[in-house]
Amino acid sequence: MTDLDEIDFGLLKALSRDANQSAGALGRALGLSQPATWRRIKRLQELGILLGRRLDLDREKLGFGVTVFLGVKLGTKGRVSLEDFERAVCAIPEVQTVEHVLGLYDYRLRVTARDIADFERVLRRRVMLLPGVGSVDANVLLSEERRPGPLG
Amino acid sequence: MLDDLDRRILRHMQSDPEQSIPDLAERLGLTPSRLSRRLEKLREGGILLGSRAMIDWRALGYTVEVSLRVTLDKTNPRAFDEFIAQARDIPEVLEIQTFLGQVDVRLSVIARDMGHYQQIYRSAILTLPHIADIEALMHVARIKSNESLPL
Repeated sequence: MTDLDEIDFGLLKALSRDANQSAGALGRALGLSQPATWRRIKRLQELGILLGRRLDLDREKLGFGVTVFLGVKLGTKGRVSLEDFERAVCAIPEVQTVEHVLGLYDYRLRVTARDIADFERVLRRRVMLLPGVGSVDANVLLSEERRPGPLG
Repeated sequence: MLDDLDRRILRHMQSDPEQSIPDLAERLGLTPSRLSRRLEKLREGGILLGSRAMIDWRALGYTVEVSLRVTLDKTNPRAFDEFIAQARDIPEVLEIQTFLGQVDVRLSVIARDMGHYQQIYRSAILTLPHIADIEALMHVARIKSNESLPL
């Protein structure tokens, strides 16, 4: 692990809350000059720690009222190609994230839909028809909260 | 309330949030000032909430990621609140989600290695209140993660 200090952690914390802050404003909050802040951000990017940014949209106001997490187990009969499954599942627009996991399921999917009827359509016409799908378990998201993580 | 142009703007911003206003305006065939006005309206309407930087925890040395699916003892009416309040105090917890279904709460937990994970699990997770059952999913790979909405 690289030698990051308190100020680097402070920058990561501030940017993961709001990526739109200018280097000047961030620097003032952390007691750094604007160029010094810039250099640190650049370095965090070069180290691969600071990835791109993600847009924060109000899902419900945009008409996506339902988020469901699916636990997918691939069928055991015959040979299932993970690549085929992954390619097909990633192509479904309503599938927002695909994680390969170990445990009760093989994959964990985050699916967004306008309402429960729309979710049913995605589940029946898209997810259940994916190559190799065995069982699917669904949990409807009620609330979600992202934490800053272990940043000093 | 939202028209096709708003949707196009959001679609482009979702796929490339790093773009500057002038670049985005050019791609959409708008003047920068017209685009800025549209963005202002989307912000005022509470649709565009902002943007967050993504951190690669692996690059910070956290190689283990586990999804803990927790069933709570619902005979206690304060089970959810007390469990969540205490889970917030564990720095390695990145996400707290509540569900309707088999699972009540899901915690996304990161650790430096398996030894570190075991330590967090024993000293911080298992001491959380009102747990009836825990199941763990170990993260292998992230295949898709943009979280884009199909606008």
